[in-house]
Amino acid sequence: MIRIIDVHKSFGPKKVLNGVNLEIRTGETMVIIGQSGSGKSVLLKLLIGIMKPDRGEINVDGMNITALRGDELLRATRRFGMLFQAAALFDSMTVAQNVAFGLERYTDLGPDGIRTRVADCLAKVGLSGIEGLMPHELSGGMKKRVGLARAIAYRPEIILYDEPSTGIDPIRADAINELIILLKKEMTVTSVVITHDMVSSYKVADRIALLYEGRIVEIGTPEAIKNSANAVVQQFIHGRAQGPITNW
Amino acid sequence: MGRDQRISLLAEFFRQLGEVALLSSRTFRNLFKRPWEKKIFLQQLEEIGVRTLPVISLTAAFGGLVFALQTYIGFHRYIGPGSEAYGGPIISLGLTKELIPILVGLMAAGRVGSSMAAEIGTMKITEQVDALFTLGADPNRYLVVPRTVAAFLMLPCLTLFGDIIGIICGLIYNVVVMGVNGTVYLRNTLLYLELWDVLTGVLKAGVFGVIIAVIGCWQGLKAEGGAEGVGRATTRTVVIASISILISNFFLSKFLPGNLSL
Repeated sequence: MIRIIDVHKSFGPKKVLNGVNLEIRTGETMVIIGQSGSGKSVLLKLLIGIMKPDRGEINVDGMNITALRGDELLRATRRFGMLFQAAALFDSMTVAQNVAFGLERYTDLGPDGIRTRVADCLAKVGLSGIEGLMPHELSGGMKKRVGLARAIAYRPEIILYDEPSTGIDPIRADAINELIILLKKEMTVTSVVITHDMVSSYKVADRIALLYEGRIVEIGTPEAIKNSANAVVQQFIHGRAQGPITNW
Repeated sequence: MGRDQRISLLAEFFRQLGEVALLSSRTFRNLFKRPWEKKIFLQQLEEIGVRTLPVISLTAAFGGLVFALQTYIGFHRYIGPGSEAYGGPIISLGLTKELIPILVGLMAAGRVGSSMAAEIGTMKITEQVDALFTLGADPNRYLVVPRTVAAFLMLPCLTLFGDIIGIICGLIYNVVVMGVNGTVYLRNTLLYLELWDVLTGVLKAGVFGVIIAVIGCWQGLKAEGGAEGVGRATTRTVVIASISILISNFFLSKFLPGNLSL
């Protein structure tokens, strides 16, 4: 269980998160939706410990992530895998070296074991045989899938997805959605997906939470979100220009 | 400039100084922690050492030539014809203690420091630094430590190499081009140039190496705002590192003993 308790985060005078409270159950896929710049990615970075909150606590199965420092924090990240918005592949390394990066640090696998695991993970994301390619030789969708292979290679318990369908065509986006669902079934992981793509949200989510003005204003199953009486939720999920979010 | 502006400028200066101090102390502590990023370290040795060698050779050669040219004129004009052969020790001392370490430092700041800032800055804005962290690699241990140690080791090597090139070019100018007595020139050079003179320059170069790497990595790690941000980080690295080298060189020259027996 991940518990986000009264988390605040500001950048200079700009308050991004203003008391976020959220519980994510073990094994569920929680989709956090919200406008661009609403602090969704910041929330993910706080979850994994890349950033520290100004106030509040993030608890993962009783372990306070926000209190960890240095090597302790680095060890705790072993439980997380993260797919970055633009994949964040290391551009000086081949695809195989990218996927093997976490394996070399987090596992005791030897060179043969690593090679096999890399091939397995690439096969899982539908990209067998591209081990020797460099990131600049891949399309946007392929980069995302390699990023996903890298994130799942060391079998983390929690996978964080930062805008998994952004910047790729709808067919590739749906392939990523299918992968998220498949990984949940096969690896029984807890998934946190950040997106503003409602098609993806409805497809992969067990529950959806809306982040608005630095707080979670609504949380529920995809069905409950669709039927929400909250005007902010309705404006966002239907993508209307007029409504309380835009003050029109 | 108003009083408030001066205070905020001063505060900003100390804030940035604090950032560098924090990064330096973290880097120093991480020197003794495992795992050691051997592969990155070896790559950096090659990048800082081998790939900078042609630039250093050219700079040291022309540094030696121009220094020899002015020394020749000085001796010829003020002491008299025939005294130019006594310029050897002065040329060697000036080159090994001051000119070559500074030239190596400034060249490395331009070539190596800027490339560190650009590479790490690009990694920062494309979230590769965050990705390192999520995959169990401490960004400081992975990026900053190998670069700092490699620069600390390679700048003295480059300086030694530059010393040899500079001294040889000085000798060629005086003896071959200007017809100075080669035996006297060489004897004087070997007689009066001490090992400590060479070591002083080498020691300075080690300090310059640390300055360049820490500033390059610091600017890279704080880069933001896309390609423009990376460009700014690169420019700042060259400017800050060059100024820091010149300032620290004065203090090192002032406080390092003139010879080992002192």
